[in-house]
Amino acid sequence: MAAATPTSYTDQVLVSDEVAEFSDAVVAEMQSHIAKYPPERKRSALIPLLMLVQRERGWVDNAAVNFLAQFLDLEVTDVWETATFYSMLNMREVGRHHIQICKTLSCRIMGEPQITEHICSKLGIHPGETTEDGKFTVSLVECLGSCGTAPMMQIGFDYHEDLTTEKVAKILAECD
Amino acid sequence: MEIKAIGCEPLHLKMMHVKDGHTLKVYRDHGGYKSLKKALKMTPDDVIGEVKKSALRGRGGAGFPTGMKWSFVPKDSPKPKYVVCNADESEPGSFKDRYLMERDPHSMIEGMIIAGYALGSATGYIYTRGEYKYLIDIMDAALAECREAGILGKNIFGSGFDHDIHTHTGAGAYICGEETALLSSLEGYRGHPRLKPPFPAVEGLYASPTIVNNVETFTSVPQIIDIGGDAWRNLGTEKSGGTKLWSISGHVKKPGVYELPMGYPDMEKFIMEDCGGMLRDDKKLKAVIPGGSSVYIMNAGQIIGQNVTLDYEGLVAAGSSLGTGGMMVMDETVDIVETTKNLSEFYKHESCGWCTPCREGTDWIVKIFNRMTSGGGRPEDAQLLLDICDNIEGKSFCPLGDAAAWPIQSAVKQFPEDFKRYIAN
Repeated sequence: MAAATPTSYTDQVLVSDEVAEFSDAVVAEMQSHIAKYPPERKRSALIPLLMLVQRERGWVDNAAVNFLAQFLDLEVTDVWETATFYSMLNMREVGRHHIQICKTLSCRIMGEPQITEHICSKLGIHPGETTEDGKFTVSLVECLGSCGTAPMMQIGFDYHEDLTTEKVAKILAECD
Repeated sequence: MEIKAIGCEPLHLKMMHVKDGHTLKVYRDHGGYKSLKKALKMTPDDVIGEVKKSALRGRGGAGFPTGMKWSFVPKDSPKPKYVVCNADESEPGSFKDRYLMERDPHSMIEGMIIAGYALGSATGYIYTRGEYKYLIDIMDAALAECREAGILGKNIFGSGFDHDIHTHTGAGAYICGEETALLSSLEGYRGHPRLKPPFPAVEGLYASPTIVNNVETFTSVPQIIDIGGDAWRNLGTEKSGGTKLWSISGHVKKPGVYELPMGYPDMEKFIMEDCGGMLRDDKKLKAVIPGGSSVYIMNAGQIIGQNVTLDYEGLVAAGSSLGTGGMMVMDETVDIVETTKNLSEFYKHESCGWCTPCREGTDWIVKIFNRMTSGGGRPEDAQLLLDICDNIEGKSFCPLGDAAAWPIQSAVKQFPEDFKRYIAN
């Protein structure tokens, strides 16, 4: 689940004509997603492409939304409408390493509070915040399907399971 | 973490510990795609017939009879038919589908192709939760292997049947595990569920006949074709056929994924012996949620000495339900009010917002829990929570609302002492 809701969306929703650009390779990758669906159903590729632009740009910014609207023959509002629903899509900038700590039941009773406290005090931020240098964002997220190896977290797309505070220190040190 | 079968030969777990078991070559070395070859020589109706005989029920939590679901697809519809695998595994406590996709993707793929053949479908999608990206990569590789080997594509094994399957990523939404919300998401929209009827089998993806089934439901299909529906059913019980994967977590010594025959006698023995017993020997069992968080929570008294059988009927008789088989075990150190608050936060976060009772109710419930756990508990709080649950249950488009109500209703009933502590202060 993404970071806490920002207090206002206006700094992203201000109309901007900037359209994101992507390399030929990335555009080809986007086309390969569109090809999975019937030709008249390009909108099906919207969520996979939102994840793809986030991979390229770090978050779903205005320029990315404008690009996807053009690329998929949609209105900008169509793209916003879908993008704002899904918790993994970041509608504001996040740190290079997005630490997503699972907070749901089994992880909670197996030690998530200690892990969260350890990470937050080490980085000097609260859940929902990003470090000054833009390196880490910490979020508390819901069940990641790893209850048997609780407590655990996901950094980017990588799962880190059976956590202890010692393991966490090592993992954070390895993030560049 | 354990991954093993108890009380039966591993079927779903057959490839779990086989080196490179996720590759086509190793899968075929172990008999893979023989069932598909066999199915392609049967009539589609006979394939559906075997699945009906097997008493296979959907393994995603709802437990709807799979053969019956497939038989709802109108054969003479001119629209294209779709087979969709629900790999959105997001139910708290469930982590079984993850290992099936990670270590045995071909079983699921084989099941999907057989379903495609039975239903006259040319296209399948595997809707996978976005957090499981590494599994999407594994499945993409497996699908590519299939295409290269002619197992997907045109004229599969010379049968004249064409089929292809594509992965599709979600982006973080538990509600998209509900089949109609999944279809909304697959079409590129917000994950709002749709009213049924019409059922997806008649009007699903792109308003066309679609069946949506869980990963484990699909991995059951090649097994059923292999040994026959009757034999598969007999691995379990009359009404709950076959074997089932259970995800065990929480305060046990051996958490993990266990394959059990349906009707495995005695939940107490399973927890206290097979799963190694309580994590800390000096802390007694207090509560178990047996089926993923969207079922009634059970107290120790409903399990110890009660001979609860682990199948659909047994768990209902014991006061809960099987759900996804995501069993979370809690010892006496756990505060049930904190537990219920934790789950209520989950449902509030995951509510899609479409229906007023669910959207407003889940939010209000969390506010009450926050007040209760910061010293502001009032005598009427337990009843207030039950009243709100009453206003949600059965009054929303989809079962997420019901699921939000059940933990609270059962927690208040089974653990009144825990609630009294917050209200008395």
